[in-house]
Amino acid sequence: MNWITNYVRPRINSIFSRREIPENLWVKCDECGTMLFHREMSDNLNVCSNCGHHMVITPRERFHGLFDGGIFSEVDVPEPVADPLHFRDQKKYPDRLKGAQKATGQKEAMLVATGEIGRTPVVAAAQDFGFMAGSMGMYVGNAIIAAAQKAIELKRPLILFSAAGGARMQEGILSLMQMPRTTVAVQMLKEAGLPYIVVLTHPTTGGVTASYAMLGDIQIAEPGALICFAGPRVIEQTIREKLPEGFQRAEYLLEHGMLDRVTDRRKMREELVSIVRMLMHLPPPVAGDLPAPGPTDTAPATPEQPEADKTA
Amino acid sequence: MTNYLDFEKPLAEIEGKAEELRAMARGNAEMDIEDEAKALDAKADVLLKELYAKLTPWRKCQIARHPDRPHCKDYIEALFAEYTPLAGDRKFADDDAVMGGLARFDDRPVVVIGHEKGHDTQSRLMRNFGMARPEGYRKAVRLMEMADKFRLPVITLVDTPGAYPGKGAEERGQSEAIARATEKCLQIGVPLVSVVIGEGGSGGAVAFATANRLAMLEHSVYSVISPEGCASILWKDAEKMREAAEALRLTAQDLLKLGVADQIIPEPMGGAHRGRDKTIRSVGTALRAMLKELDGVKPKKLIAQRRQKFLDIGAHGLAA
Repeated sequence: MNWITNYVRPRINSIFSRREIPENLWVKCDECGTMLFHREMSDNLNVCSNCGHHMVITPRERFHGLFDGGIFSEVDVPEPVADPLHFRDQKKYPDRLKGAQKATGQKEAMLVATGEIGRTPVVAAAQDFGFMAGSMGMYVGNAIIAAAQKAIELKRPLILFSAAGGARMQEGILSLMQMPRTTVAVQMLKEAGLPYIVVLTHPTTGGVTASYAMLGDIQIAEPGALICFAGPRVIEQTIREKLPEGFQRAEYLLEHGMLDRVTDRRKMREELVSIVRMLMHLPPPVAGDLPAPGPTDTAPATPEQPEADKTA
Repeated sequence: MTNYLDFEKPLAEIEGKAEELRAMARGNAEMDIEDEAKALDAKADVLLKELYAKLTPWRKCQIARHPDRPHCKDYIEALFAEYTPLAGDRKFADDDAVMGGLARFDDRPVVVIGHEKGHDTQSRLMRNFGMARPEGYRKAVRLMEMADKFRLPVITLVDTPGAYPGKGAEERGQSEAIARATEKCLQIGVPLVSVVIGEGGSGGAVAFATANRLAMLEHSVYSVISPEGCASILWKDAEKMREAAEALRLTAQDLLKLGVADQIIPEPMGGAHRGRDKTIRSVGTALRAMLKELDGVKPKKLIAQRRQKFLDIGAHGLAA
């Protein structure tokens, strides 16, 4: 008994335990209603272990599962002019932005990072549907341009995970202008001969689908993802008839020739590694999990591999 | 003039009265009403000037959508010679919402592409109210490729409420078609000049308006979403379109400030629908000037300039 055990250790424990207990230990699957333990959820990349439903995953969680050992370094995104139109609806745009930043802990709706997946260097960008519906404004445009430039600088492929309700109305025409801007970014990548792979996740709609999200060399979607230009509600109002089951879902688009593949999130990493390595003329990937390059993962390893096998 | 907009009602009354007086006088030779009618005309003139001197963004939207405004077809017929429409996307169908083909502009061969809304019920249905399907964008891509191959400048006329939100359009890849058209706009090594002649509706407009130079008619609009759509999402009330139109900064004047439009083409007093020929001539003059600026510029430079223009857009917001 000394001051270390009595005082320091409890303090340290309290700091860590506060962090380790998420608000909700159990998450209910949106689709089948199964209660899933949070650890199981995160190990399963937010895919329901009962029905395989793909739930929302933040860019950070996704990158954590994507990059070797969960290690990645963020790419700086040039800051755009704040509130360029002085937009105000029922709320001021800067207030909405602040609200979203507070709710998500993120700066904006896209995260760009460099790192290795299966020992393959890549640049990755992921859109955050939780941040103002992932909407594409000037920041997202800048992020995609920064991602493309970084990929060109490092001669790496770019993997982009899209998720958005469309353009950010609060930036008016300047959000619309991200369609040509991001298209320029994609063209720069293509001219550099680097692969641009798009993973469309739920939901990808509007001006996002009608620009960078549909211009990939390879187009992969997650199962069940809604992918469209005009949303189903708008279409039903226009044509005044019910839309068929599964309309505008990933599998439907695959059937209509708009996608290369529909791939389970739990198999995505492996597939991306394989594709990227082939396109980059690299030798075949080493089978099986590679050891993490460094001590990073704070969460203790839990033997939940069999769980994944059950549902696969 | 038969189609008055709601804010033009007082004007309609005055002009109606003048017309009534003149009709009465035609039936009765002894009546002398000319002075009175002229006074009404003068009053109407003053009112028209007043109304158009302080147009709100929502009123501009209404004018941009005015059914009597000259449409793509009118411009093509008046400004171009030997217009030879070229149809089809070679994949599925032709789309009448998009006009396009070879033509001569001041004797110079060009490719002209534009959205056409139609002018009566029948033609509006045929043109799908100017809402293009994937085939329309794919036709445009094909025409732009041809223009690039034969070194012909491309002129686009933008006038659409937006791309068509239909079942078939989605199944056939509306988003991919728009993305490819925008991509093609950025790839061609020939001058690409564009005029928003009415409504620039979202992605459906971007697919044609990603140009070296973009001019907008004085009362045209270009927006990420319609004011009604924006109002129903952000205000949860489609009737708040006036507020939404205000907030979206969609007028030609705001877009010039934001660096999206390069120039504004003035319209006659009371809007393009009150002076169709004059408007068409002004658009012709603007097109001529824009093409002249790009004459002799090398293909690589044209592409680089166009890209840089879009990379730079938005750098300064409204303070630009």
